[in-house]
Amino acid sequence: MMLEIDHLTLRAGEFLLKEFSLSINEGECVALMGPSGCGKTTVMEAVCGLRAEGVLNGRISLGGEEITYLPPGARRIGLVPQDVALFPTLTVREQLEFGPKLHRWNREKMKSRVEGLASDLGLSDLMERLPKGLSGGEARRVALGRALSLRPRLLCLDEALTGLDEARHDEVLQLIREMIVREKVTALHVTHSRKEAEAISDRIVEMS
Amino acid sequence: MKPELPFVLFLTVVLVAYVGMLLLMVGANVLTVTWGDLGKILKDEDILRSIKLTLVTCTATAILSVLVSVPLAYLLSRYQFRGRAFIDTLLDIPILLPPLIVGLSLLILFNRMSPASCCWMMAGGLLLAALVGFVLRDKGGGRALVPGALIVFAGMFGIGAVMVNGLGSLEEVSSGMGFPMTFHPLGIVLAQFPVAAAFAVRTMRTTFDQISPRYEEVAMTLGCHRGQAFSRVVLPLAGKGMVAAGTMAWARALGEFGPVLIFAGATKGRTEVLATSVFLEINIGNLPGAAAISLLMIVLAVVTLLLVRFFVGRGGAI
Repeated sequence: MMLEIDHLTLRAGEFLLKEFSLSINEGECVALMGPSGCGKTTVMEAVCGLRAEGVLNGRISLGGEEITYLPPGARRIGLVPQDVALFPTLTVREQLEFGPKLHRWNREKMKSRVEGLASDLGLSDLMERLPKGLSGGEARRVALGRALSLRPRLLCLDEALTGLDEARHDEVLQLIREMIVREKVTALHVTHSRKEAEAISDRIVEMS
Repeated sequence: MKPELPFVLFLTVVLVAYVGMLLLMVGANVLTVTWGDLGKILKDEDILRSIKLTLVTCTATAILSVLVSVPLAYLLSRYQFRGRAFIDTLLDIPILLPPLIVGLSLLILFNRMSPASCCWMMAGGLLLAALVGFVLRDKGGGRALVPGALIVFAGMFGIGAVMVNGLGSLEEVSSGMGFPMTFHPLGIVLAQFPVAAAFAVRTMRTTFDQISPRYEEVAMTLGCHRGQAFSRVVLPLAGKGMVAAGTMAWARALGEFGPVLIFAGATKGRTEVLATSVFLEINIGNLPGAAAISLLMIVLAVVTLLLVRFFVGRGGAI
């Protein structure tokens, strides 16, 4: 089992998530669906370590290791948030190098990883651009590359395709699917769209 | 008649009335001053020293204000803790207080209080905050400013109080260390600082509130700890805000008069800044001289604002 959420109860402001459990096998892509306000994003944030102070009960394990209270940076989880959140002052290259630089990868390893990702994601011609010069689809691809840069154990996609027009939406959806397979990464995909969930995921989990 | 016309007329009238009043005030100054008056003050050694001291102290106050306001505003913008609203209100007090009281409080603090009594007061305040935090611990409103940590800080201040017991007033101690404050140029910065910093904190708070916390969260998933996320992601985005906060603090410091007069005095050639120069010129009945210095201050303020707008307006983070 790659990800195991076991009877997780947590408080996020006024919201209370009660006794939530979920298991994802290694290499599996699971879509988490449910009505607005049911706590999909909160679950994802808890998995990423962004809600650790709100955990009241239960545990989260990744690859057999308990990570419930582990700092986000120590979990090796890549996050593509809904609003993409590309760092506005960094170029595409700097976004992709951000994680590897923090982890003090050697120059060769980092260069090889960043150029490989840029090539796979079709970003090679955009490397010196700032986020404000990117289209919605390009920004999604950069955010995906940044999340994958450290070869994460789990990729979290939080409504990562919201706001794209139909053509870009299908193109990025296809790319995400390809990258998940190519990188052999386990993925948790939060979405409202059943079509999107069916296209990208091996299994759909409904939250109520 | 278009239906929105009366409303637009109303807005225009308010605009004309307010901007007109500002322009009339400046105009009155301009009409009172002759080229001769301007030439005279620009040749006056005391005024030239006052200009230099004003620029130096305002710049020092602005830098100090930004250094203090950035971490304070970040704390208030990003962390939920009990007592946050109280601290938020406390930080506005220098803005609301009559300026003379700021100066008087500094004067009493430095000349009547010893380092030991300051430590005891801090320890008492922290213990009180810890008690309030303990009593309210189960009543929601986010994490407490941990009562245990407050008690530890209070203990440290208590130990400090015992260690520095028997020393003279704060002024005697700071003078002994080579940093005299009261009626000294350094005191000008201290007198300008509380109000200038309060404005800088407000500006930085707005800046941080406008930066999505999502950037820090993504940075943390990539390996940053809180401090790294702040320095690598948030700070570069807050460049314009920092310039705005510095400008605001600089402009406030330029106009600070009451606290400077009470705490640093208005000794010609020593602690005289432009705001006190105006006061001194009025005191000796030299209205044109006072108006000429005022005009100089207006020009300084406008040029500073224009320069900042020019650099900030060029786009991108600074």
